[in-house]
Formats: sequence, C-alpha cells, structure tokens
Amino acid sequence: MLEFMEGSHAVAEIVKRCRPQVIAAYPITPQTHIVEDLAQMVANCEIDAEYITVESEFSALSACLGASAAGSRVYSATTSQGLALMFEVCFNAAGMRQPIVMTIANRSLGAPLSIWNDQQDSISLRDSGWLQFYAQDNQETADLHMIAYKVCEDHDVLLPAFVCFDGFILSHTYEPVSLPTQEEVDAYLPAFNPYQRLDAAAPLSFGMYATPEYYTEFRYEIDQALYRAKDAFVRAGREFGEQFGRDYSALVEGYRLEDADTALVAMGSICGTAKDAVDEMRAAGRKVGLLNIRMFRPFPAQEIADALKGVSTVAVLDKNISLGSGGAVGTEVKAALYGSGISVYDYIIALGGRDVRKRDIAAVVDLAEKGEGDMFYGLRTEVL
Amino acid sequence: MAEVEKGCELFSAGHRACGGCGPALAARLLLKATGENVIIAAATGCMEVFSTPYPETAWAVPWIHSLFENCAAVASGIEAALKRQGRTEKVVCIGGDGATLDIGVLCISGAFERGHDITYICYDNEAYMNTGIQRSGATPYGASTTTSPAGKCSRGNPRPKKDMPRILAAHGAPYVATASIAYPNDFVQKVERAINTPGPCYIQVHTPCCTGWGFESGETLNMAKLAIETGLWVNYEMVDGEVVKAKKVMRKPVEDYLEKQKRYRHLFKPARQDDEIAKIQAIADANAKRFGIDIKKKESSE
Repeated sequence: MLEFMEGSHAVAEIVKRCRPQVIAAYPITPQTHIVEDLAQMVANCEIDAEYITVESEFSALSACLGASAAGSRVYSATTSQGLALMFEVCFNAAGMRQPIVMTIANRSLGAPLSIWNDQQDSISLRDSGWLQFYAQDNQETADLHMIAYKVCEDHDVLLPAFVCFDGFILSHTYEPVSLPTQEEVDAYLPAFNPYQRLDAAAPLSFGMYATPEYYTEFRYEIDQALYRAKDAFVRAGREFGEQFGRDYSALVEGYRLEDADTALVAMGSICGTAKDAVDEMRAAGRKVGLLNIRMFRPFPAQEIADALKGVSTVAVLDKNISLGSGGAVGTEVKAALYGSGISVYDYIIALGGRDVRKRDIAAVVDLAEKGEGDMFYGLRTEVL
Repeated sequence: MAEVEKGCELFSAGHRACGGCGPALAARLLLKATGENVIIAAATGCMEVFSTPYPETAWAVPWIHSLFENCAAVASGIEAALKRQGRTEKVVCIGGDGATLDIGVLCISGAFERGHDITYICYDNEAYMNTGIQRSGATPYGASTTTSPAGKCSRGNPRPKKDMPRILAAHGAPYVATASIAYPNDFVQKVERAINTPGPCYIQVHTPCCTGWGFESGETLNMAKLAIETGLWVNYEMVDGEVVKAKKVMRKPVEDYLEKQKRYRHLFKPARQDDEIAKIQAIADANAKRFGIDIKKKESSE
C-alpha cells in the first residue's frame, strides 16, 4: 500500500522494521528527522533498541562499532561534517569488518558552510571500505536499507554500508512510498548472525595491529570482500524483487539507452530530473539516454562499460569535486571506458544545493555533443 | 582476530613490554580482579601494542581495540548491546594517560555523562611512551620529556597534572579512585568495587615507566612506592564526588623520588635548582593538605 510520507520518515520506519538492537546517532541537518523519529519510536517502545544519545558523530560510529562487535545489529545516520568527523572510525569499522548500516542524507562539506545537498560527503569516503548505495527516490531509499543489511551481514561480505539519499531533496520531501510490514521484512531479512563476537565464553581479540608481514594481506582481503559484495547485492536485489516486486539486482540502471548516441551518467535524485529531460529530448528526436549508478562502491566498472557499449558520447553529472582533479564519478567512468573510443565529459553540477532543471540537463547534453566538458556547469561568472 | 590460548593468567606472559613495565603489571592485576566475565575495550598505546601484535594476543578475555581516542564510546556501544542481549559481562576500558586525559576526553565525558555501566582504567605513566616519551596532560610539573625538554630556557614540563579524577567525579561518577601498582591488593580491590558499582566508574592507576622516566627496570615498584611516600601520588577514593579515603604516609622529601629519575636530572645537574625542587615540594604539600595524608606521630598507616 502506498503511503504519502517524508523521506526521513520512510527511512525511520524501514529501519525500525530491520530491528537494530543499538542505534547511536548525533543530530545534524538534514539527517535530524530520521533520528528524531527513531528516538520517538524507542520512547514509545515501538522498537526494541537501545538509543545512545552520543556527544558527537565520532562517538556515534564508535559506539556502533562496539555494539556490532558485541553481536548486535546497529544503525546510525549522519551527513556532511558529521561524516567528516567519523572519517577515522569509518576506515576502522570497515577494516574491522563490522556490518554497520548508516544512512547518509547527502550534504555539502564546508568551507563555506552549507547545509544544502551535494554528494561530496560520502564520495570523500570512497576509499574507506564502505559499500555505497545511492537512491533516486524515497521508495528506493527505504528498499536499499533492507538490502544493505542483507548484503553487509552476508558472511562473504562483512562490511559496512552507506545508504545515501540526497539531503532535503529526498530527506524532507513527501512522496508515496510502499513500506513492507514487519512480517514481510522479517521474511526477507533474517536476524543478525554475527560471524564472530566479543563473548566471555569464547574470548577473541579484535582490532589487533598488523606488522608489514600481515598488513597488505588484510587490505587485500577487505578489497576482495568489496568485490564479493557485488554478487551479494545482485542476489539480495533479485530476492527483493521476487518478494516485493521491485527488482534491484542491477548495480547500474539504464534508461532509454537502447540506440542512444549520448548517455548521461548520474547518481541519486538528479536521475529523476534527468529521466524527464531525456524524455523531452527523445520527443525532439535526439538519441539520448541515462545511466544511473546505484552502487558506487564497489565501483561497477564492467557493468558501466557494458551498459554504455554503443554510445559515442558520455556526459557525467558530478555532484562533487575532487579539488584539483575533477569530479570523482567522471574520473572513474573515464577509467571504466578507457580504450573504448567513447568521448567522456565531466560536469561539476548542483553543488551546495543549487537546483538543476531539465533545461540544465539538456544544456549539458548540448555541451557534450559539441565536445565541451570537464568543467563546472552554470558558473555565475558575475560573482567570481 | 586471533584465538586466545588460556594460561594460568588471564593476561599471559610472552607479551612484548619492556622489562620492568609498570602498565604490564597493571594489566595482569586488572584481570585478576575482573576474572573471565569481562570485555576489555582498549585504546591505542603501549599496552595495546605490546600485548596484541597480530596474530598473537596476551588477552585471554574478549578484547577490542578500535582507535586511540574512542574506547569509551566503543564501550558505550558494547554495554548497550549486552544490555539488549541480556548478557552479564562487565565492560572495562583501558587506556594510557594520553588516551584518557588528552585525546579521549570527549568520548569519556560523553560516556560518563550518559551513565553507561562501564569501568574506565587509566594506566598513568605520565607521558606518551609508545611514541617516544612526549608530554601529555598527565606529565607532572618539571619532568623533561621529548616535547617538554629541559634546556637553556626550559625547566621541563611547565604545567602540573590535569586532575582527571575530579573531572570525572564532577560528571556524577559514583566511584572514582586512584591506585598504584606498588599496592596491588588495593588496586585489585578498587577494580572489584568499580566493576560491581552500577554506572560509570574510573580508576587512575600509577604505573611507572622505566624507559620513559629513566630508572633501572628493577626499580619500578620502588618508584611507584616513592611517589606515594613523597605525596606526589595519592591513593584515594571518591564516592559520589566526595573523597572518602586516602592512604596516609610518613612523607619523605620529594627529591628522594626526583633524584632517582633521569626525567628530573636537570633539577640536580649541572647545578641544583632549589627553586624548582621547592615548587614540586609545594605540589606534594598541597596534595597532603587536600587529602589529609600526613601521619601524625603515633598514628599508624591506613
């Protein structure tokens, strides 16, 4: 049944049904509505969880790490500066193979201070070992949480994940969402079965240090687990489709790419606008399509190359900037298409909450087809 | 994650601490007090490094190390998880003075304010020993370290020790104590009391470091004892914020303690610095006054 609700509320409702035992989070705009809703659910005994009102994001993720190591399913949510404060714990949690699921209500990073949306925060953690999923709308946001727990807790994976949805654009927007019942979620997502846990009955040491004789192999194993997460995601996404009718087995999702000459590549809510823009351009006789990257880590390079086979031009919409280098998605798409002969252009767009309209998407396609790219789109030169 | 082999000690021999290491003794005593039904959350530092080089571990109880500054937050999560799972293990943090008094204060303050049922043990060897004897907030006045070196225009560390026990007592901690490895039974009893007191408890145990302080490795316990006997370290307990008990001593002059350690050598050579020694004596005198530790004639030690 479709219900009309705020994106943050949809997240809180689905997290409740995923039955985390420990929630630790620190309030930060635009994540707050999620954690407020969860705190109220705990206060109402609607959810059987400990809610730790930590004094910082750094402690939020540290507490999740401890609780996860002790054998509980855990949850946190953050964004922007909060995620930046977690930087050290992020690398640590992945290295310690704890299957933590954390929602990122994507927001820009200061300076200058901005509470508005882009994807700089989670993109900046791309080397940390966390899986990264990007949702196009609030239905996908909710669904990806269930899938994330299933993938992360898979004993072939054992890694944490960010479920990313665009701050304000999705988090504070009301959309119709179909939420599965508790029984349906239980049928999809079994109880947490930790691979190992802190337990006096079977003592283990967690988080030991590694000398040069061992460190490389630890990092290799984490890297391998990330690649295995692709298969786990495909399985979990297919099972989801079988149970709920919405199939997420594709790491990347093409839209009107058949016979396309030019393909847009994007992540997150901008895909909704891009699909409408593609429809308009198609109606005007232009052969344009879209590729949505649903999973950014592990990076689906082969899947992207396969999906874009046959196009001549690619325009990547990057809601982030690796300062001094270019957009992170564009850089990786170029690497994925290396040697294909496809022209790939990158556009830094929609930073710090700047709106993107259908005509902006069309303008990007015009630029790409003229061979102009690797640039900031829509710069207000009058304020430079 | 390595399998733990059980020996007769829960903190087993064969670890890589220096001979005469004070913190290693504290770890052994700590586990004697806790027994097996405990989970240890450790901070980065000497103890973590010398006891857990993968794939070897000295800990025969569940043990976790995440980062330098977050063991109190990790312990918060463990405690919450155990509560939700209905488990009975005690949760004990262990960190050095740098992890505790400096970089970890945020996480500790949060955990204590929230009232988690954890015990935090700070092994205080009065500097960052793992990285090469740099000054911390627990380094005593006048001690020369590699970042507070004595020199032509420096007489060593310019600040007294931060009063962490009082800071945590001010958080409403029901039980706060100081201890010393020179008095092992006292330390063990304090740990037992702390882990059996509901809520966040704190023990700061004085653990001399022969390498960092510059004394012979066979002198560790003597050095710990001299710190007590000079009044530069006081063993006391605070219950609900009030000092209820402090170990009394027949005080010796502080130079009996200072002159035996290379970190204070600049106070005696090339020329004796009477004014500096007097300042350190004044710290001991203030301790004695605050805690009432001086034994009057015909009064026996508690």
